[in-house]
Amino acid sequence: MDYFVLIIAAIFVNNIVLAQYLGNCPFIGTSKDTGVAMGMGFAVVFVATMAAAITWAVQRYLLAPNGLDYLQTIAFILVIASLVQFVEMFLKKIIPPLYKSLGIFLPLITTNCAVLGIAIICQREEYSLLETVIFSIASGVGFMLALVVLASIRERLDMARIPLSMKGTPIALILAGLMSLAFFAFKGMAA
Amino acid sequence: MIELSILALFGIGFTAAVILAVASKVLYVYEDPRIAQVEAVLAGANCGGCGFPGCNAAAVGVVEGKAGADVCVVGGPEVMANVAKVMGLELKEMEPRLAFVDCTGGERAEEVYRYEGVLDCRAQHQLYKGSKMCPEGCLGFGTCVQACPFDAIRMGPNGYPVVNPERCVACGTCAQVCPRNVISINGFTDDITHLNEVNDCLAPCRQRCPGQINIPRYIEQASRGDYAGALETIRERIPMPLSIGRVCPQPCETQCRRQHVDKSVGINMIKRYVADWEMNSGVRLPIECKPDNGHKVAVVGGGPAGISCAFFLRRLGYQPTIFERMPLLGGQLRYGIPEYRLPKKVLDWEIQGILDLGIDVRTEVKFGIDFTLDSLSEEGFEATFLGFGAWANTQVSIEGDDAKGVETGTEFLTKVGLSVETGIGKKVVVIGGGNTAIDAARTSVRLGADVTMVYRRTRDEMPANMEEIIGAEDEGVKFQFLAAPNKFLKDEKGRVTHLEFTRMELGEPDASGRRRPVPIEGSETRIECDTVYMAIGQKPDIDCLYDENKSCGLGTTRWRTVEADKDTLQTALPNVFVGGDLFTGPDLVITALGAGRRAARSIHHYLSQGEIPIPQNLQRNMIPYTLFKDLERVVPIERAQMPHLCHGDNRTCSFAEVEGTITTEDFERETCRCMRCGLTCYNRTEQPEEEGISKTSTNSKKELASRI
Ligand code: SF4
Ligand code: SF4
Repeated sequence: MDYFVLIIAAIFVNNIVLAQYLGNCPFIGTSKDTGVAMGMGFAVVFVATMAAAITWAVQRYLLAPNGLDYLQTIAFILVIASLVQFVEMFLKKIIPPLYKSLGIFLPLITTNCAVLGIAIICQREEYSLLETVIFSIASGVGFMLALVVLASIRERLDMARIPLSMKGTPIALILAGLMSLAFFAFKGMAA
Repeated sequence: MIELSILALFGIGFTAAVILAVASKVLYVYEDPRIAQVEAVLAGANCGGCGFPGCNAAAVGVVEGKAGADVCVVGGPEVMANVAKVMGLELKEMEPRLAFVDCTGGERAEEVYRYEGVLDCRAQHQLYKGSKMCPEGCLGFGTCVQACPFDAIRMGPNGYPVVNPERCVACGTCAQVCPRNVISINGFTDDITHLNEVNDCLAPCRQRCPGQINIPRYIEQASRGDYAGALETIRERIPMPLSIGRVCPQPCETQCRRQHVDKSVGINMIKRYVADWEMNSGVRLPIECKPDNGHKVAVVGGGPAGISCAFFLRRLGYQPTIFERMPLLGGQLRYGIPEYRLPKKVLDWEIQGILDLGIDVRTEVKFGIDFTLDSLSEEGFEATFLGFGAWANTQVSIEGDDAKGVETGTEFLTKVGLSVETGIGKKVVVIGGGNTAIDAARTSVRLGADVTMVYRRTRDEMPANMEEIIGAEDEGVKFQFLAAPNKFLKDEKGRVTHLEFTRMELGEPDASGRRRPVPIEGSETRIECDTVYMAIGQKPDIDCLYDENKSCGLGTTRWRTVEADKDTLQTALPNVFVGGDLFTGPDLVITALGAGRRAARSIHHYLSQGEIPIPQNLQRNMIPYTLFKDLERVVPIERAQMPHLCHGDNRTCSFAEVEGTITTEDFERETCRCMRCGLTCYNRTEQPEEEGISKTSTNSKKELASRI
């Protein structure tokens, strides 16, 4: 049951973009097209899960025992950046179709604060390894959900009559705000 | 503490570096360095207009051969040249492509749903399947305008999209969002290879034309004084406007909407006028051809079908060679159609222009004797088009048909075409009622004979064109209708002296719905004659297709035509295509010209991509809802008359051309009679004042053109 609550909370209540406001640049940048949004979503789920698991170990066995918690951010950035590089090489060699479908999104994630945010939240909440993994998958799914919803709306907006000054990013930001408001309705549920 | 922190960070960094170093060794994947080079020279806009997700993907596509040097739609020629340089490609001139709007609009406001909630034509399409009246044309909501990333399209004054060629980069976004396929991305190859589809904007005349010429478009261009443009439009479909302008029986005019108001538009007169304008100017208009692509194609038969196929193959970049058994090209146009309808010098001028595009010709070579399909393949021809027409005569055996002076109409016309002695006498009988029979009769008149035509049905049932029948009557040809030949009588030297025929009367209707002629007992009649020309039908002579074992790899029908797919014209041998009378049996010149283009299209697809795509929604028959009969607010304007160039003796004693070109005034009036129909809609501008029908100003011409 706890895990179920954890998942619901991560996807809807504490949605990483719409409630925590993390990862806004890829959120706006890759939400023009539903297909692209799906690709980005999967990439985030994949990398966030691996990153959270490794940073969990780094925190648990390296930083915490030595009282180096204040190095958390910089150490995690280092780990995530290297991890993304590694994943990129690995996929390119072993699973080229997946690498191709993730395309430019993998390198984009290197600097994605959503991934770093998920890793740090796991530490702050003192999750176990299993909880960390479940939470990061669910948060990634939450990110993907927000991205796909926004992309679907933006695809329709492309055809709509919008004042020129509002076209593109401005209307997307307003939409993101409205979506965020809508997600506030989940507040108080499950967590 | 500081040391520990530094150590820890370095430790993590070092571990990561070691892992990455090992990984880069173990997981190394070779990547073509050209990808990076190509990406570096692309425009870098990452716009996706090329169809790839970003410039890197486009660069990969180029290196993998999935895209050409022209991949970048925003980069222009400079980027193209740079990509070509990286890839070591030679950059040839590219075929320019543009967004092309097929629907020319018209007054559609009252026909379009205005559902205020969703002002998007895709929604309209989904909700209502479009406008009430025209189920195919533009809905006028401008989705394409909004979708174009390059601001190259806007709504024109009539509420349909207009493309700005300066800005359009042919990215295809507009075509993707248009739910009606009104917009397409066209280059000249697409124009030539397009087949009429039911959702194209097809005026009835255009649906009926066997050559699929875009009639409203060329008439509109002609009405603006853009004769060169009009000829270019015609030559997208047929190569011989001069000849067709003279000999076509105008099936298109039978469907012209204008006839429900006054008379059909003189479509062919307009064609002839612009074609004559080019010939009389003495300067040939340039005809766009793609550079040579090295593929050789054999075209057997130098008649209309063969010439048309070779013409379009050449324009598409192929190297066609025409094989012809007669001394000169032209087929039935030269040897079947007499000089007074199509002067040889006009035909020569036209054919020369086509050959000048770079088509090889080998004359006086016979298929099956001098060369065969195998020898053509050995010579390096990758595909063959067979279009050697219907030259064999249908025979009826009646008593005495071996008499001297009895021969077929085609043999006679061919002799006249070759300018050899015909052996014609003074009293000629022509048997038959088709165009060949009339040609034989009118030609005999010009050679000084007294001519009688014998036909077994009535005048109304004669298959020849009415104008031709009237022409023959005017020239003094006598007719015996409802008369069936019985036998020929001959003198002691074996020369024919009389034809005996039985009079017929019309009996019960047969399967074709026509009343069958039945003989009247004891009504045998004789007419005196010294020459008889039989013209009761022709069929292809396909003996040359059979090998010594009497087998033919192509497949033939019981009408002695060659079997082929009716859309692709491909025969049982995949690299052999067929067209013209050899495929259809005797038919119109324009049908043969149209088949030549369709065969060229098939050969092009076959040689360039291995298969021949055929659109699902080909237009084969007239589209019923386009054939409405009520036209409102159309002011009747008299149709121009074809002028006659010669009269009296000059007409019956010489082969001078009978029909002339209409005058410039008539031409301008005639172009303005065309209402530029689409499937259903019209330009409903206000009624012009009568004095508005002036002939000079472009504005008033336009106004006239659109008046209804
Ligand atoms: S969207 Fe259409 S009009 Fe605009 S640039 Fe692309 S092809 Fe041309
Ligand atoms: S009026 Fe013009 S467009 Fe309409 S059917 Fe006649 S020729 Fe064709």
